[in-house]
Amino acid sequence: MMRDALVYLAAAVICVPLAWRFKLGAVLGYLIAGVLIGPWGLKLVYDVESIRNFSEFGVVLMLFVIGLELEPKRLSEMRQSVFGGGTLQLALSGAALTLAGAAAGLPWKAAPVVGLALALSSTAIAVATMRERNFLSTPTGQTGFAVLLFQDIAAIPLLAAIPLLGAGSLAAGGAELESLGWLEAAKVFAAIVAVIVIGGYLSRPLLRLVAATNLREVFTAFALLLVIGIAQIMSLVGLSMGLGAFLAGVLLASSEYRHALETDLEPFKGLLLGLFFISVGMAIDFGLLVTQPGRVALLLLGFLALKLATLWLTARIVGVTPRQRWLFAILLSQGGEFGFVVFGAAQAARLLSDEWAGLLNMIVAISMATTPLLLLLHDWQQARSECARGKKVEADAIDVRQARVVIAGFGRFGQIIGRLLFANGIGAVVLDHDPDQIELLRKFGYKVFYGDATRLDLLRAAGAGEVTLIVNAIDDIEDSLRLADIVRENFPNLKMIARARNVTHYVELRSRGVLLIERETFEAALKAGRYTLEALGVDRFRARDMANIFRRHNIADLEALIPVFSDEASRVSAAKAGRAELAALFARDRKQFESEQSGQDWQ
Amino acid sequence: MILIIHAHPYPQRSRAGRALLAAVRDLPQVEVHSLYDAYPDFDIDVATEQAALTRADLVVWLHPLYWYSVPAILKHWFDVVLLSGWAYGEGGDALRGKHCLWVATTGGRASSFAETGTHQLPFHEFEAPIRQTAQFCGMVWEPPLALHGAQAVGEDEIAAAAVAFRRRLAAWPKVLADEDSPEIAR
Repeated sequence: MMRDALVYLAAAVICVPLAWRFKLGAVLGYLIAGVLIGPWGLKLVYDVESIRNFSEFGVVLMLFVIGLELEPKRLSEMRQSVFGGGTLQLALSGAALTLAGAAAGLPWKAAPVVGLALALSSTAIAVATMRERNFLSTPTGQTGFAVLLFQDIAAIPLLAAIPLLGAGSLAAGGAELESLGWLEAAKVFAAIVAVIVIGGYLSRPLLRLVAATNLREVFTAFALLLVIGIAQIMSLVGLSMGLGAFLAGVLLASSEYRHALETDLEPFKGLLLGLFFISVGMAIDFGLLVTQPGRVALLLLGFLALKLATLWLTARIVGVTPRQRWLFAILLSQGGEFGFVVFGAAQAARLLSDEWAGLLNMIVAISMATTPLLLLLHDWQQARSECARGKKVEADAIDVRQARVVIAGFGRFGQIIGRLLFANGIGAVVLDHDPDQIELLRKFGYKVFYGDATRLDLLRAAGAGEVTLIVNAIDDIEDSLRLADIVRENFPNLKMIARARNVTHYVELRSRGVLLIERETFEAALKAGRYTLEALGVDRFRARDMANIFRRHNIADLEALIPVFSDEASRVSAAKAGRAELAALFARDRKQFESEQSGQDWQ
Repeated sequence: MILIIHAHPYPQRSRAGRALLAAVRDLPQVEVHSLYDAYPDFDIDVATEQAALTRADLVVWLHPLYWYSVPAILKHWFDVVLLSGWAYGEGGDALRGKHCLWVATTGGRASSFAETGTHQLPFHEFEAPIRQTAQFCGMVWEPPLALHGAQAVGEDEIAAAAVAFRRRLAAWPKVLADEDSPEIAR
C-alpha cells in the first residue's frame, strides 16, 4: 500500500509539472504517468481495478464541488441549455456513432448502447481543462458544462437499459421485470429524496454544529463523510454517485459553508482525480495496439471524426460563436469515464464480446489523451490566424490609432480602462480569453487577441515589446502574478499598471516590482463611504477630506505592511497599530478642524 | 433669474455666509449653486454652469474672503466656466449686459482694511481683481456687499446684513439707490 502510494505520488510529481511545462495540461500529465507506471510501462503497479474504484471517488468529489459552485437559481436558468443542448448533442452524436458502430460490425442490439456510451464525454477531463483555461465561466464554457451535465443524467437510464437488452435477461419474463421495475423505481425515488433531505435540510445544522467546535480536521472529515455517504446512498440503488454528489452540492451552494467545504475538499478532489486519470492511463491495453494497430487507428479516427463533427454541429445549432465551435467540439470530443462503466456492464450482460469491450475501452482511453493534443493543435492554429489577422488590422489601422497600451484582461475592470482610452482615441491592444467579448470588440475595429495573456509569444504578438505600458487587469490572481513575472523578465522597460484583487495580491504585485497598483474595490468603497458620511449630514467637501485622509493613511499602512507581510504575527500587530494610528489621526484632524473653525466663524 | 454662486467648503461651519444664504433662498427668482456641495471633487459641469448663467440676469458671488481672494473652487469655476469665446474674447458675449453682485464675508474688522491696518490696503483694493473679472466679461458691477469682522459681530449685525441682502435681491431688477444698500460696516 505504502509502496503503491510512493509510486503514484512520484509519478504524478514528475509527470504533471513536466506536462505543464510543455503546455500539455495536467490531465495528459496524469495519463502519461499512468502509462509509465502501468502494466505496459515500467510495471510498477498491477492492481489497476482497485485503484480505479478508489479513484472514481475523485470524480464524485469533483461533481460535488461543481454543484457547490452552482446556485439553484443559476441551475434553473441553465435548464434550457441542459435539456436543449444536451438532448441535441446526445441525439446527434449517439445516432452517428450507432450507425458507424453497426457498420463496423457491432451486433444491432449493442450498436445503440455503444453509440450512446461513446457520445458521452468525460466530465472530469472537460471540466478540468476548462478550469485550467479559465473557460468555464464563459458562455461557451457554460454550454459545454450544460451538455456534460445532461450526459451525466442520461448515463443512468443507459446503464439501466443494458441488462434489459443483454442476452442473459432475455429469458426473464416481462411481468417479473415490470414488478422489479416498480420496486427499483421506488428505491430510486427514496434515494433521491434522502439526498435532498440530507443536502438541503440536515447537513446545514450539522455543519453548524461541527463548525462550532472550531476543529478544522473534524470539519474536513464531516465534509468527506457527507459526500461519501451520499455517494453510497446513490450507488446502493444503482444511481450515479456523481449525480448524487452534484445534487447535494447544488443544495449546499447557497449555504454559508460553501467556501469552507470547497477549500477543505479541494486537495482530496485534486489528488483523487489525478489518481483517476493515472488509472485510466494504466488501463490502456497496448497489446491491442500491437496485434491490431490498423483497426484501432481506424476506429479511433472514425470515432473522433464523427464526434467532433456532431459536436461542432451541436455548437452551431445552439448558437456558440463561430470562433469557438471547434474549441467546444474538442473539449467534449473524448469518450467519458461512463464509457468504461457502460462497456463493463455490457460485457457482463454479454451484449459485447470481450474483444469489442477491450477495443472500445482502449479507444475511450486514447481519446482522453487526444483531447489535450487536439487543444494544442487548436491553440497553435488559432495563434497563427490571430497573428495573421492582427497584422492585417495593423496594416490598415496603424496611422489611425497607433497602439501604445496593452490591456491584459478585458472583464469588468479592463473594460472601463479600455473604453476610457478608446473614447479618447488612444489605441490599445486587448488580450482576453473570453471570445464573445473579443468578437464584439473586433466588430468595433479594435485589435483584440484571443488567448492567455500570460503566454510570452502572445504578448510579443500583441506588441509588448513596442508599447510603453501594459495594464494588468486579469481577474485571476495567479495569472495576474504570472504576467507580472513574465513582463519583468522579458520586457523590463514596460511599465505596468495592475489591478489587485485584495491586499495579498497587492503585496505580491509590489514584491514583483509593480509600482502602480489599484485595489479593485478600494476607490468604489471609499466613494460609497463618502456618500454614507454625506447622508449622515457631513458636508460633501468635508466628506471628501475625510476620505482623502483615510486613503493616504491606508496606502501608507499597506506599504508599511509589505516587509512584514509574510509573518502573520507582525502583520496582525502592524494592522492593529495602523488602526490605532488612524483613529489618532482622525482625532487630530477633528481637533484641528474644530479649532480652526471656532477661531474663524466669521465665515 | 438671480443665480447665486456660493462657495464655502464647509457650509455647516459657516455662520455669516449661511445666514445670508438662508435669508434669500426662498425668493422665487433665486437659484443657488453651492459649488463645494455640487462638485466636491472639483469636477465642475461646465455646460450646466454656463446654461444657468445664460438664464440669469443677476449673478451673485457669495463667499468668505480667503487670502484676499475667492475660495479655490470659485477660482476654478472662473477658469473652466468663463471661457474664451463664451464669456470673453471673440464671440464671447454670453454674459454681456448681465449684472454682477459680489457678497463677501471677511475675518478682519473693517478698520483693519486700511493703509495703517493689519491688511495694509483699503478693502476696495482687494475688490478690484474680482470686479475686473466681471467687467472683463461685460457684466455690470453692482455695489458689493461686505460683512467685515464676522467673527466679532453679534447675531443682530449678521441678521441686519441678511435683511439688507434680502432687500437687494427682492427688489431686483430694480437697482436700489445707494442709501438703501449701505455697505455693511465698511
